[in-house]
Amino acid sequence: MVRNPSANREQFRPHDHPNESFLLTTVVGSYPKPKWLNRADELVDDPESKFDDGDLEEAHDDACRLITHEHERAGLDTVVDGEMRRNEMVEFFAERIDGYEFNGPVKVWGHNYFDKPSVVEDVTYDEPWLVDEFEFTSNVSERPVKVPITGPYTLGFWAFNEAYPSTEDLVYDLADLVNEEVEKLVEAGARYIQIDEPALATTPEDHAIVGEALERIVSGIDEEIRIGLHVCYGDYSRIYPEINDYPIDEFDVELCNGDYEQIPTFTEPEFEPDLALGVVDAHTAEVEPVEEIKANIRQGLRVVPPEKLTISPDCGLKLLPREIAYGKTENMVTAVREIEAEIDAGEIDLENPLADD
Amino acid sequence: MTERVAATPGLYPLPDWAKETLSDLKGHQKGDLLSGDESEAIVEQYDEVRAEYVDDQLDAGLDRVVEGQGRWDDMIAHPLTVHESVETGGIVRYYDNNNFYRDPRVVDDLDFSGDVAAELESAVELIDGDAPLAATLPGPYSLAQLATDEHYGDEAAFQAAIAEFLAGEVEAFPAHETLFLVEPSLVTNPPAEGEESAATDAIATVADATDAEVVVQTAYGALDEKLYAHLVDEAGADALGLDLVAGDRDDTVYNVQEFGATDSLALGLVDGQNTLVEEPETLAERVEWFESQVPAEGFETTYLTPNTELFYLPANKYRAKLNALAAAAEVLE
Repeated sequence: MVRNPSANREQFRPHDHPNESFLLTTVVGSYPKPKWLNRADELVDDPESKFDDGDLEEAHDDACRLITHEHERAGLDTVVDGEMRRNEMVEFFAERIDGYEFNGPVKVWGHNYFDKPSVVEDVTYDEPWLVDEFEFTSNVSERPVKVPITGPYTLGFWAFNEAYPSTEDLVYDLADLVNEEVEKLVEAGARYIQIDEPALATTPEDHAIVGEALERIVSGIDEEIRIGLHVCYGDYSRIYPEINDYPIDEFDVELCNGDYEQIPTFTEPEFEPDLALGVVDAHTAEVEPVEEIKANIRQGLRVVPPEKLTISPDCGLKLLPREIAYGKTENMVTAVREIEAEIDAGEIDLENPLADD
Repeated sequence: MTERVAATPGLYPLPDWAKETLSDLKGHQKGDLLSGDESEAIVEQYDEVRAEYVDDQLDAGLDRVVEGQGRWDDMIAHPLTVHESVETGGIVRYYDNNNFYRDPRVVDDLDFSGDVAAELESAVELIDGDAPLAATLPGPYSLAQLATDEHYGDEAAFQAAIAEFLAGEVEAFPAHETLFLVEPSLVTNPPAEGEESAATDAIATVADATDAEVVVQTAYGALDEKLYAHLVDEAGADALGLDLVAGDRDDTVYNVQEFGATDSLALGLVDGQNTLVEEPETLAERVEWFESQVPAEGFETTYLTPNTELFYLPANKYRAKLNALAAAAEVLE
């Protein structure tokens, strides 16, 4: 059953918010790394170089500060550090969870590889995974910080399972570890957590496993904490309306990429969590004009009222040129603020949001 | 007395050094994938990869040696994606895996290519008589399923044309002891009821093109029982390859008990999609167990194979799996 999103949404409204309406703006997480950071990641492995782990940590801190501020400059209500410290969404966590080992890269397609880990014994929780980076980002940010975490279904199914009788069993153990991490993040002050489950898009028939994993993740987590779920592009009709039963506050979707053809999927039955709608495409290297983004935002109003609508890019922006990623984010926020003003002024028919006024 | 043969259909992971050198030489994008007329620098890298594959197999002690198919960027769709009459479309999912290949859009007559024969000629030189060669091709049913027809205009004609094309390729192969026809689609997307014979005819067309022993290697679980019966009787296969790792093994046992089997069998024993390395003794037990389920006098040959291609694995685990297969065959001697 859906959590209580109205109990945690208002805390993200900035004190100087210009409009009565409030469409929460956020990002999915990843952001292009500055070139120098990629160089620094390579340099630390070069035995000839004096650049050491301490230098790399400083570089990561600098990059996180930079991208967090870039998000603030774009006007976002909630920010992320752009995942500057993370290499890949499974690897990063597998390195921090006892029970995983790495054997080397495997092919995804062509010459694109992924260091797919193996689970060789029961997974256990050792040191916190993200608390340090959350505290760092929180300290350098004026705005609330969202924490994206790769979900247990993806952490389980995008690994080799050597140790568990079924990968489903592995997923539930991982979900308990994610729950422990969320508790620690909450203790450290986090109020907005996003679980990323891209693997669900490719195997939608497993939606019940993801549901059970989410129950474990949110166990004991207070309703003031906002829990989002992000699932990238796929056939959402295969997991809707089942996601209405998920214990989440917000469901984040990639629909701009498919020109909103799937929006009607979410209108019947009524959409229960808040909708976090992707309104800029993460796979095209052109900045959408504000007017186009405003039209995209109206698509979201077909599904939920403004007080249940969150606005984000379709997916992480890390593959785009950095200036394009910034341009998209900035235009997105501008479009949201204009739409809010138009709603306040009664210029948008919320019953028929695509209609010209 | 059943002869036990440790073998693989190939499609090995590139060694880690080659993952780097080839991605530097070729790039990461769709347009950078192998075209069949690669530069000398790229050819040299693949020559080294091939030599390493041959050494890996001889070191492990496999009873058949394959070329390894390091060049097959598009997995079993490769013979089409490098063909002159084929244009490559978007990147599409490879079965139910987190892997992708270029959609081969066939736009003209599929005449002779010789791409795979050339690879095998190079492999023969490297093997230098130290072990018998096994050749690998996609089966015609799966290759037709993985491709898009924009030329023949009719599903049956397309499948038959692909079979003729593959048969023509086989005729150009150097001498080989075994031919693997890799046919995962027979399980994942089987022919409709009543259309089984079109699929088995296509397979028989390719099988007839060689004097070698032909293994029709299926994967991703058990075959539908009717299709299984058709394959045993009509496909011209000396051995059907059965996946004993994925799906329900009992269904496969039922098929064999109910409908009999080809004179030889290939057993997909080693998990090509999991890094856990099987113990040779365990594999040997599975072979004996499966053979004992079948009410026949015994098979001419039982091939001990992985259940899928091995490119899903990291390079160190692929080598460990080769060793496990060869060691299992030794346990059974």
